[in-house]
Amino acid sequence: MTAIEYQEVCKRFDGNSAYSVDHVSAQIEQGEFITILGSSGCGKTTLLKMTNRLIDPTEGRIVLFGEDISTVDPVVVRRRMGYVIQQIGLLPHMTVEENISIIPKLMKQDKAKIRDRARDLLSMVELDPDTYGSRYPSELSGGQQQRVGLARALMPDPKIMLLDEPFGAIDAITRVNLQNELLRIHSQTKKTFLLVTHDINEAMKLGTRVMVMNGGRLLQFDTPKNIIRHPADPFVEALIQSVLEQREFWEGVEDD
Amino acid sequence: MLQDCVNYIQNNYSQIAVQILDHARISLLALLAASVIGIFFGYLASISGKGERWIMGVFQVLRVIPSLAILVLLIPVMGVGTKPAVTALTILAIPPVLMNTCVGFLEVPPFMVESGKGIGMTDRELLMHVRFPLALPMILSGIRSALVEVIASATLAAKIGAGGLGEIIFTGLGLNRADLLLIGGVLVGALSLLSLAVFDLIRRLLMPYRYRKKG
Repeated sequence: MTAIEYQEVCKRFDGNSAYSVDHVSAQIEQGEFITILGSSGCGKTTLLKMTNRLIDPTEGRIVLFGEDISTVDPVVVRRRMGYVIQQIGLLPHMTVEENISIIPKLMKQDKAKIRDRARDLLSMVELDPDTYGSRYPSELSGGQQQRVGLARALMPDPKIMLLDEPFGAIDAITRVNLQNELLRIHSQTKKTFLLVTHDINEAMKLGTRVMVMNGGRLLQFDTPKNIIRHPADPFVEALIQSVLEQREFWEGVEDD
Repeated sequence: MLQDCVNYIQNNYSQIAVQILDHARISLLALLAASVIGIFFGYLASISGKGERWIMGVFQVLRVIPSLAILVLLIPVMGVGTKPAVTALTILAIPPVLMNTCVGFLEVPPFMVESGKGIGMTDRELLMHVRFPLALPMILSGIRSALVEVIASATLAAKIGAGGLGEIIFTGLGLNRADLLLIGGVLVGALSLLSLAVFDLIRRLLMPYRYRKKG
């Protein structure tokens, strides 16, 4: 089943003549892990934010599970999706458990159920609920905070997870651990993941398919293998070339 | 000198107790009123864009007028007693609360608001659960500085018959008695320190997350 469909989606911000997102069309099936790759200003974050109506498109339509989202209340759209950002955005005055539970609490759902689910999710992101549930975000490391951010996004059991450079501010070792756990969570939950990154290695490692964007346009949308084997555009080719050059450097060091 | 002080306190303790209570009551009323008005207009200023300068400007001007002048100016309008005293002290206390509130709201990081919005908070929920709690530390430090100013300035309330510890000080000035000046001054200072201690305790209870050790 098609989870997300972008139909000729465009965004032009006030006072700008150029499109930030330029006629993007794509279909994403349920359960896919899509990574959106591009350098800063390429429109990847704008495309992601249009998916949960943080930004509305200037032209075109976005359809989620057959429903045009411009006809749905933005708050409702967002509550159906998980949203994770680089700066995490945990509320400093709430404990970890309160942070995870905030939306269902505001929706006045059953307290015992909220608590059980919050504890399950903390275990899923490998944080012991008894140790970490009652801590404040300032008492956690950056990596632990982003685990909580993930748990908060998973709380409403959304079908779609949107992640905007979630590991951008996290050190290399922790980042690799978190990437692996994200893959595990994806295969456990069968949710549709949409992750924005400027790191080509991350995009290729995590994505079942990768969207490569530049200047607001979607240059190529394919599996990592196909993109590496058959780059469809000089920009994509240059990206891949940059990785190959890096690899040469590493191999050179190993051979010494 | 010290003996004079002890004698005065022994002979007038019930009157002194009333003066302390009056002083505290006037200050507390003014602080509460200033907090409500200051937080309200501070929030308005923070969301009003250009209006911010106007609101800030009006209260900055009010701040320049000495409290004593406001007191005297209020007499023809409100007469004497507690009412004009509380009004004058409120006017004095609004600017620090208002300015800190405005800055507190403006300094809420945009990504905090975006992340709240992104997980599906309504505008009202964003205000209640993100913007206000994040601005609260600044708001409280504004109220704290207002508290110090109000308790010191409430001494002047005695000038227009509102009672308080100012009575002891002004009597001392009139009769040229150093013991009364000393008692009055020390009591105002002690009241100020005590109320700061109580305020800090309340602040700790309101924001436990800021006082926990890391790790």
